[in-house]
Amino acid sequence: MKGVRHYPGFLAITILCLVVLYAPLLVIMAYSFNGSTSITTWGGFSLHWYVDVFTGAEAARFGQAAWNSLTIAIIAATASTAIATAAAVAMIRGGTFRGKRATFALINMPLMVPEIVTAVATLIFFAMIGLTTGYLTILIAHITFCIPFAYLPIAARLQGIEGHYEQAARDLYASRWQAFRLILLPLMAPGVVSGYLLAFIISLDDFIITNFVKGAGMETLPTAIFGSVKQGIKPNIMAISTLMLVVSILFVTLSYLINRKGRRAP
Amino acid sequence: MSDAIDIRRVVKRYGTFTALHGVSLTIRDNEFFTLLGPSGCGKTTLLRMIAGFEDVTQGEILLFGQNIAGLEPDRRPVNTVFQNYALFPHMSVLDNVAFGLKMKGMAAETRRARAGKMLEMVHLSAFADRLPAQLSGGQQQRVALARALAPEPRVLLLDEPLSALDLKLRQAMRVELKQLQEDTGITFIFVTHDQEEALTMSDRIAVMSAGHVQQIGSAREIYEAPVNRFVADFIGETNLLEVDIVSVAAGTARVTLPGGHPLTCPSATDSLGKHALSIRPERLSLVAEGGDLDVTVERVVYLGTDLQLLTRLQGGMEMHVRIQNSARVTVPKVGDRVGLRIEEGAARLLAD
Ligand SMILES: Nc1ncnc2c1ncn2[C@@H]1O[C@H](COP(=O)(O)OP(=O)(O)OP(=O)(O)O)[C@@H](O)[C@H]1O
Ligand SMILES: [Mg+2]
Repeated sequence: MKGVRHYPGFLAITILCLVVLYAPLLVIMAYSFNGSTSITTWGGFSLHWYVDVFTGAEAARFGQAAWNSLTIAIIAATASTAIATAAAVAMIRGGTFRGKRATFALINMPLMVPEIVTAVATLIFFAMIGLTTGYLTILIAHITFCIPFAYLPIAARLQGIEGHYEQAARDLYASRWQAFRLILLPLMAPGVVSGYLLAFIISLDDFIITNFVKGAGMETLPTAIFGSVKQGIKPNIMAISTLMLVVSILFVTLSYLINRKGRRAP
Repeated sequence: MSDAIDIRRVVKRYGTFTALHGVSLTIRDNEFFTLLGPSGCGKTTLLRMIAGFEDVTQGEILLFGQNIAGLEPDRRPVNTVFQNYALFPHMSVLDNVAFGLKMKGMAAETRRARAGKMLEMVHLSAFADRLPAQLSGGQQQRVALARALAPEPRVLLLDEPLSALDLKLRQAMRVELKQLQEDTGITFIFVTHDQEEALTMSDRIAVMSAGHVQQIGSAREIYEAPVNRFVADFIGETNLLEVDIVSVAAGTARVTLPGGHPLTCPSATDSLGKHALSIRPERLSLVAEGGDLDVTVERVVYLGTDLQLLTRLQGGMEMHVRIQNSARVTVPKVGDRVGLRIEEGAARLLAD
């Protein structure tokens, strides 16, 4: 049988896809090291814009936004991972119960709903219950939409763990809680960590929903970058973007490695 | 002797399917008791109900006189050796063995010492720091055993613990298990579908089929005095003959064998008419004349220590005969007509 490489046009399509996907990222990364103030002409290698990010005119604004993003991502990832873990245990270890399919659909629905719809709905909801938009509303929204992302790797991991281990623990005088904490949790840890990292990245990256529910004066890194770009693109944005990209890649790689290690030694 | 476990008319249903139809049996303290039966007859189900992993649909289970219906698994003085061992993969062998002791609140030092002792008992002291995945199947099986015995349960449940091992190891483990049971004095409830395993280790055996207990008794009783066709057929090899009961009284019957010879034999039934007569192949011997049955030899199979003869009665029924292989026996040839003598008391009438 012919390999996929031998199909006509394979090479052209591959190159086209790669270029469309990655060329912009490469350009941004390269120009973040640009010595000149222009965003189009190369003025030699320099770390000038990275220095500018941390000490320049917008440093305070970006610093505050980055701090907000980071704390929100940590809290949202922690909370959503805890909820997703509980949900996964209930769904996979809870036997059959009425409304199980519906529950499964509800947990994963946020992945299907267009983000803009969620954003508008969430904003209206907060207005209706009289919650002032700000840090808290961003946090609540992030916890909510991070749950399905945390749920997927956790549930996948848990599915692969046989029920015998918990039964053996119960048989050896462990309470339900002890069986969970001492046996099931360590066994599902790779899935939990993986889910946490995924939730963290999703929260860190989110723009649309955040932009709707953030309220005036409150910025996360993505909304701050957007705000700055609206005034015109400066090279320091490229430096910030590159930094975020590196953090994202780091986390996704970590998540992948942890999951793979977990799978090799169950 | 007191009763360790008293199972009273226990019914188990999974939805509309009934896995156990009113099982009753009593297991004595310090007994090596075996549940024996073909796949799917409900052995594991019964064991899981004793351990507390399944609800009892109907009936009750008493553990040393106490109804255990509402007790969670961690409240029952019962430990299990799981069929696939279920060793905790993220814990060392020693921590696995010490787990039950830890849950019972034993101090770290004492429980490590005791777990070490248990490992010594199963000859695995050298492997204390390994992870379960780094052990062979037989070693894992021993760890599972040590782990279940460490908290000194009053009853140990074993669900086909030897089925994953090779023949040699299985035979060695049978002896070890039996020895261990006698040394510890713990009541063992052993599940298997291997009749040889059951016969060699058990004080008593319950033969099960399709959710019913067919017979309970010692190895000798169920082998030599099976009550029905199922038990006679499942335990060892047997010849089943349709015979007419002429008269029956006090557990002894007079019957007419195919070929017309009369026979007096023990009976599990007291009704007249046609019934099945069970005769073990090794309880038949070849005689030149005056046999109880007349057969034609159809095939001679050499089994090393034994010879198996496949013979046929006049009426077409097959009879298996097993004779010891020695220089003294004259081996019949295919086509020979020979007589078979039934050993005194060896034929038994079955209830159904
Ligand atoms: N959770 C369940 N739901 C529905 N039916 C079940 C369930 N567990 C067991 N059964 C059924 O109950 C019957 C008895 O099962 P059990 O596992 O006790 O058999 P077993 O005697 O241990 O067989 P084996 O020797 O194959 O292990 C089987 O027919 C099985 O299909
Ligand atoms: Mg079973």
